[in-house]
Amino acid sequence: MNAPINTLGRLLRSPAGVAGLALLALLALAALSAPFLFPGDPLAIAGAPLTPPFTDPAFPLGTDRLGRNVLAGLFHGAQASLAVGLAAAAVSIIAGALVGTIAGFAGGLVDEALMRVVDAFQTVPGFLLALAFVSVAGASLPVVILAIALGAWTGPARLARAEVLSIRERDYVAAARVIGMHPAEIALREVLPNALPPVLALAAVIVGNAVLIESALSFLGLGDPNIVTWGSMIAEGRNVLRSAPFLSIVPGIGLVVTVLGVYLLAEGLSDALASRKARP
Amino acid sequence: MRAPLLAVQGLTKTYRSGGREVKGLDDVSLSVAAGETIGLVGPSGSGKSTLARVVMRLIEPDAGTIAFGGENLGALNGKALRTVRKRIQMVFQDPSAAFNPRATVADVLADPLRIHGLAPRAERPRRIAQLLESVGLSDNLAVRPVHAISGGQRQRVAIARALATEPELIVLDEAVSALDVTVRGQILDLLVRLQRERGLAYLFVSHDLAVVRAVSHRIAIMDRGRIVEAGPAGTVVADPQSETGRALVAAIPRLHIPRLDREASQNA
Repeated sequence: MNAPINTLGRLLRSPAGVAGLALLALLALAALSAPFLFPGDPLAIAGAPLTPPFTDPAFPLGTDRLGRNVLAGLFHGAQASLAVGLAAAAVSIIAGALVGTIAGFAGGLVDEALMRVVDAFQTVPGFLLALAFVSVAGASLPVVILAIALGAWTGPARLARAEVLSIRERDYVAAARVIGMHPAEIALREVLPNALPPVLALAAVIVGNAVLIESALSFLGLGDPNIVTWGSMIAEGRNVLRSAPFLSIVPGIGLVVTVLGVYLLAEGLSDALASRKARP
Repeated sequence: MRAPLLAVQGLTKTYRSGGREVKGLDDVSLSVAAGETIGLVGPSGSGKSTLARVVMRLIEPDAGTIAFGGENLGALNGKALRTVRKRIQMVFQDPSAAFNPRATVADVLADPLRIHGLAPRAERPRRIAQLLESVGLSDNLAVRPVHAISGGQRQRVAIARALATEPELIVLDEAVSALDVTVRGQILDLLVRLQRERGLAYLFVSHDLAVVRAVSHRIAIMDRGRIVEAGPAGTVVADPQSETGRALVAAIPRLHIPRLDREASQNA
């Protein structure tokens, strides 16, 4: 029962894991403190337009074309990016793990049918899928999350199925059948929890991708218009890219830091999980 | 003669791999009486583990019948099958693979009690302690994760799990093969004692004729999916009729009979 604690311990001993955790903790702090440090609407006009960074103490990172505080946007944008990333990852992991477990455990026709659906989703690039879905369903936060999950759940589904296929041949699953356990209970209590760790390691990668897709959608003007996101800030700055490049660079750095943190954490996590596997 | 507890007739199972057909089981018939130990011996790949798993309904045979204690076990499905499973239990070869890696000893033993409604929740800790005691383990082991106890202890827990539903037959699939020699002896003693106390029947599967000889009343020898020889344990070991039987007897290590030793090395 102490396996998760061991994994956490190993994660904290890997440099990549620590760096990733630190970066993400910083971002989470920024996201959580945004409403306190910058109360009020970050989309509201706060001062003179196009103030360069480090010139006005009231706006440390300057203002954009409409005179909105870039630093406030950065903090509130962290909130949107992390929320979208985590929610999209959660939705796709849950959906994917369930579909993969059912497919792998049931086998036969059910497996065939479910995996063909997975194939169908995988043939369309995730971003196009999200683009199409948002264009049809309208731009709002839940729709954006769902749109991103639509392209991301197939990875966890495939991975969960592969794990389940290997786990269901193990003796402890046979032992569960021998004591008369119901197949649904075997799938959910014996198989799924043991198939989950590698799928969870995938979560970090999905969060990274989700943040990028959300930014791309916002950049194309398909994000939720009532929320500041880094993507919409970059899109906004694009019009004055030559005269005020910082408007695109600042949220761009935010994106880089987020995705870097997420990937480093994923790296550390998969190392920690791999060493758990290696030591029986 | 009384009807046997377990009777399998004409079991056949063919595996297909890469266009080649391999007979896992080829028209196998076997019976086990109540309170009796049948030793099932054979070289690797002879089909003895397949037979054990077919009897447990973990593998579906292509043909043949399985009758168990008045039920047509081979034809049962779903809830009826899960209910009968209470009466026929199994211990696996590798004690490190036979438990959910996340479970504690108490989790493992509580499952069969809960599934078959054998003990209400409040009574389970006491039943678990009893089960642990019956296999010679202390009940403060109950809170330990299964992966944190020794291999011998794990196999005792596996036996306790099999005992939890008070079965009439336990299929032991190479149940002592993965254990070191001293632990193996202790587990064999435990199995014999439990049989005396509870009138259990065993289907004892092993590749090691010496071990089988020590615990079995009757022995069946398998090779390439068929039962090539069967009879009382003493007779089979003293005077094997089949080639496989002679090879297995010759392979028994003998420390104090130099004459047989020479013979064995000549045969090998």
